[in-house]
Amino acid sequence: MAVSQLVGAKIHRREDPRLITGHGHYIDDFTRQGAAYVAFVRSPHAHARIKSIDITDASKAPGVAGVYTARDFKGQLAGTHPAAPAFVAEKKYIPERFPIAEKEVCYQGEIVAAVLADTKGQAADGANLIQVDYEELPAVMDLEKALKDGGPKVHDGAADNVSWDLTFTGPDVTDAAFKEADVVVKQRILQNRLAPVPMEPRGVLAEYETYDKKLTIWMSSQSPHFIRLFVSGAMGLKESQVRVISPDVGGGFGSKISPYPEDYLVPALSRLAERPVKWIETRTESIQNATHGRGQYYDVEVAAKTDGTLLGLRVTQFLDVGAYCGTFSAFQACACLMAGGAYKWKGISARTIGILTNRVPTDPYRGAGRPEATHLVERMVDLVAGELKMDPVEIRRKNFIQPQDFPFTQNFGLVVDSGDYEKALDVAVKLAGYDDLRKKQADLRKQGKYLGIGLSTWIELCGFGPSAATAPATGGIALVESAQVRVTPTGSVIVYTGTHSHGQGHETTFSQLAADQLGVPYESIELRHGDTSEGTAFGYGTYGSRSLAVGGVAISKAVGKVIDKGKKLAAHMLEAAEEDVVYEHGSFHVKGSPDKAKAFGEVAFASYGMSLPEGMEQGLEAVAYFDPPNLVWPFGTHIAVVEVDAETGSAKLEKYIAVDDCGNIINPMIVDGQIHGGIAQAIGQALYEEVVYDEDTGQLKTGTMIDYMVPSAGEIPPMSLDHTVTPSPTNDLGVKGIGEAGTIAASAAVINAICDALSPLGIKHVDMPATPDRLWHMMKGTSK
Amino acid sequence: MIPAAFEYARASSVEEASNLLSKFGEDAKVLAGGHSLIPLMRLRLAQPSALVDINGLKDLDHIKEDGRKLRVGALTRHVTIQNSSTVKEKLPLLAEIAGEVGDNQVRNMGTMGGVIAHADAAGDYPTLALMLDADIVTNQRTIPANEFFKDLFTTALAPDEIVTEVVFPVATGAHKYVKFRRRLFDWAIVGVAAQKMNGGWRIGLTNVGPTPVRATAVEEALHKGAQPEEAAQHASDELDPAGDLRASPEYKKHLARVLTKRAINQAEGRQ
Ligand SMILES: Cc1cc2nc3c(=O)[nH]c(=O)nc-3n(C[C@H](O)[C@H](O)[C@H](O)COP(=O)(O)OP(=O)(O)OC[C@H]3O[C@@H](n4cnc5c(N)ncnc54)[C@H](O)[C@@H]3O)c2cc1C
Repeated sequence: MAVSQLVGAKIHRREDPRLITGHGHYIDDFTRQGAAYVAFVRSPHAHARIKSIDITDASKAPGVAGVYTARDFKGQLAGTHPAAPAFVAEKKYIPERFPIAEKEVCYQGEIVAAVLADTKGQAADGANLIQVDYEELPAVMDLEKALKDGGPKVHDGAADNVSWDLTFTGPDVTDAAFKEADVVVKQRILQNRLAPVPMEPRGVLAEYETYDKKLTIWMSSQSPHFIRLFVSGAMGLKESQVRVISPDVGGGFGSKISPYPEDYLVPALSRLAERPVKWIETRTESIQNATHGRGQYYDVEVAAKTDGTLLGLRVTQFLDVGAYCGTFSAFQACACLMAGGAYKWKGISARTIGILTNRVPTDPYRGAGRPEATHLVERMVDLVAGELKMDPVEIRRKNFIQPQDFPFTQNFGLVVDSGDYEKALDVAVKLAGYDDLRKKQADLRKQGKYLGIGLSTWIELCGFGPSAATAPATGGIALVESAQVRVTPTGSVIVYTGTHSHGQGHETTFSQLAADQLGVPYESIELRHGDTSEGTAFGYGTYGSRSLAVGGVAISKAVGKVIDKGKKLAAHMLEAAEEDVVYEHGSFHVKGSPDKAKAFGEVAFASYGMSLPEGMEQGLEAVAYFDPPNLVWPFGTHIAVVEVDAETGSAKLEKYIAVDDCGNIINPMIVDGQIHGGIAQAIGQALYEEVVYDEDTGQLKTGTMIDYMVPSAGEIPPMSLDHTVTPSPTNDLGVKGIGEAGTIAASAAVINAICDALSPLGIKHVDMPATPDRLWHMMKGTSK
Repeated sequence: MIPAAFEYARASSVEEASNLLSKFGEDAKVLAGGHSLIPLMRLRLAQPSALVDINGLKDLDHIKEDGRKLRVGALTRHVTIQNSSTVKEKLPLLAEIAGEVGDNQVRNMGTMGGVIAHADAAGDYPTLALMLDADIVTNQRTIPANEFFKDLFTTALAPDEIVTEVVFPVATGAHKYVKFRRRLFDWAIVGVAAQKMNGGWRIGLTNVGPTPVRATAVEEALHKGAQPEEAAQHASDELDPAGDLRASPEYKKHLARVLTKRAINQAEGRQ
């Protein structure tokens, strides 16, 4: 019998029957007796002074229970919105942020008033009756202009618009490389601003119990414990008085990590009004207010030799912070640290500048910094290849970090734990039929057709993270992970994890893991998460492809502790020495005599009885924390094949090949699903999606799903997926994260394919989204 | 979002619907499939005082052959038009266009009368109605299509007037609708319809101006024997489209030319 039956098996997702048939539990499925609804009045201006707010009509409107403005929250909420001091910068300006504006609004959508009413409709009607007198101020929209001295400021009276300006490594680090260079290639690369668009928008239901002084918050969050930490602090409550329940979460993509103004205001309203209060974000509110992703540009230079050897890389990141610093906004500067990609460089110079604008804040969005890094380095490598007339496959092969180099200390001192980049490339090239594609391309070119083949050989750092690296970055709390395993008297098992699923299928994967290790049926494992009153004292949530590589390992450790105790007890029951007891297939037996055995269930039952060994306490449960020694480093090669319509400029994806390596695989179907979704999301960025604001007024132009173009299934090409397996040496499971891989890899593959297609026209670089209009303008030689 | 409050009444006859509209006053609106009206109401871009629901008027849900005419009831859903054997036989271009409207949900709910009355610049049926000289029949009169579409979202309809039928000519010749869009369920960025009829061509353009456009210059060039490629160059004559997030004015004009060529070629079975 195989040791491992469940790990590695394509088990159908346990959560799917419930979710697919509409039996999931999302925030709008919850209500409380006597709940009031809140509608927020939001600034229509990107930047304005609030002269006065007239609430007279709204207060008298039918069903309205109360109208609240900034003043009302003064004694209720303390402090400013948290911003993690990641990458402590040479200059740092974090504008103060109260959850509701009092004197000045700094982005369109910022909250200025809240209307509480008996029904949703009455709240919305009431909100419409509030009259706010604004004095418009100039909106800062353009990053370059924002950096100029003497121009308008995002926050009236501020010294400048720079949130941070940090040089990781100065230009001197690459001087030698650039001196030695035969060719130097320069490019400015844009990263379009994206809206996260989770299928379930945000929502908060809060009930403050006046007499018990207890607060329960139901909300759609990727990190309920952090919400408890922040909200309790702001409300002057102990963490123990607050319970945050985040049930099924309909997608997050990073936008449900950080606390939002509503996360404070709704609980505060419940305490003020002494009744439960509910708020469900509308789609337009979501596109307008959920933190955006990307929104950057990069100035990049590469030095190389004529034989294709890469020498030096210079990167400056210009990041649109928005009007306030997102909690993990500065994390996106990791794009600089990852800019070298899968290659060896003599030197990399990197600087990041975080620039405030009158837009909604940006914060991590699936991949957060790593898609940007991949996009820029993969683009630059292709530009060098084009300059040298080299095949994109060859230039990559030539410069890869080699298998024998691992663990590899890269230019910024990060230690890449493992990799075999060429192996994944080889599999992808074969799967794509690369040589045939090149022949086909040549034939089609003769017919005036533009077929392009684009590569992206990506690497990623994920699995946050080691305490030494993460505690300073968050301001004290190490992003390790916890788990608790409880065995009931009848031998059923409840596993609590501090991570939280917003679509990743943890209930399935983690149950597979625990069931295998315990040797009990998969069905005996119940996986719980998302409720701060259950399980361990603190959980760290899900983001940065960390759940399995950190949380899964914590589960495995806790299971190990349960087995250890079980062994002691079994030895006692079997009258054998503990060292002689082995645990296999759900049964404890004496080494060499499989008949002398106690089943897991028997031991569990006995653990609650009276015949325990000397000094042993009742019960069979354990808590474990896992502090990973390093990050994990997945990688792979993606290949996109695109045809650009010669007349319309429309880019059509013909096929897509992805070969990824996330170490050992627990559930191949879930891994593939994560990759499919990630690729689709990156195709969105490459071809369709962009949050557009009016450059003068700061008005959002893409506030509905008609204008903010998320691709549908119809736009996603057939995908061929394969894997190589290079187990991670960083954790006992040998696993690496895969939740963001598709998003990290795919935009570069798609854009490289388009540039490859259009290279006969002399087009070298295309910015995202590569819309037909943009490509048509470029193809006829007028820029766009 | 939540629409503003409104009155609601369900009509059981066209006459009653018309009376209800008069009773509720100018801000009242007919509710058909609701797939244009309700989204606007949810964004509070439309705040009708009352809705008169005509979904119970089964006699407006019909497709009838009437000599050389095809009569399509105002309440006929896109999906019915798309699948109707009568439409496929008598005006196959209409069935093709219906099949290209939105997605399944939209086609299950949206109606012929709704598209015509709503007069969105990107609506697909108005183009066909205009280029084929269809008649828009209301509870009060018959309006030729070329007098019906006045401006963006603006038609010749009076506030209490209800579209009951759209009457198309039968046309079974070569035809094609080329709809350029980015996503499967999107509205047209630009659409071009080509129909061979009575020995000549009818060419109509979608979403290149506030109202649908009949490309008479292309029709004439073809009539004089120009090749499709050459004739199609006239598709943008006199066009002055507004730019939007999807397409600049010059790109729309370019698309009008390219798609016109493709529509004619594809209608005739060429690539
Ligand atoms: C996602 C999406 C994609 C779409 N894509 C397309 C597309 O590609 N092409 C396209 O053409 N349409 C498209 N539509 C619109 C769709 O076809 C609508 O159904 C149509 O525009 C309106 O028809 P309706 O029956 O839904 O009308 P409603 O929304 O009920 O009404 C629309 C307007 O017409 C008025 N009205 C309706 N019926 C009558 C009548 N008989 N007499 C007088 N006034 C009337 C109403 O008062 C209202 O002002 C799309 C809609 C959506 C939501």
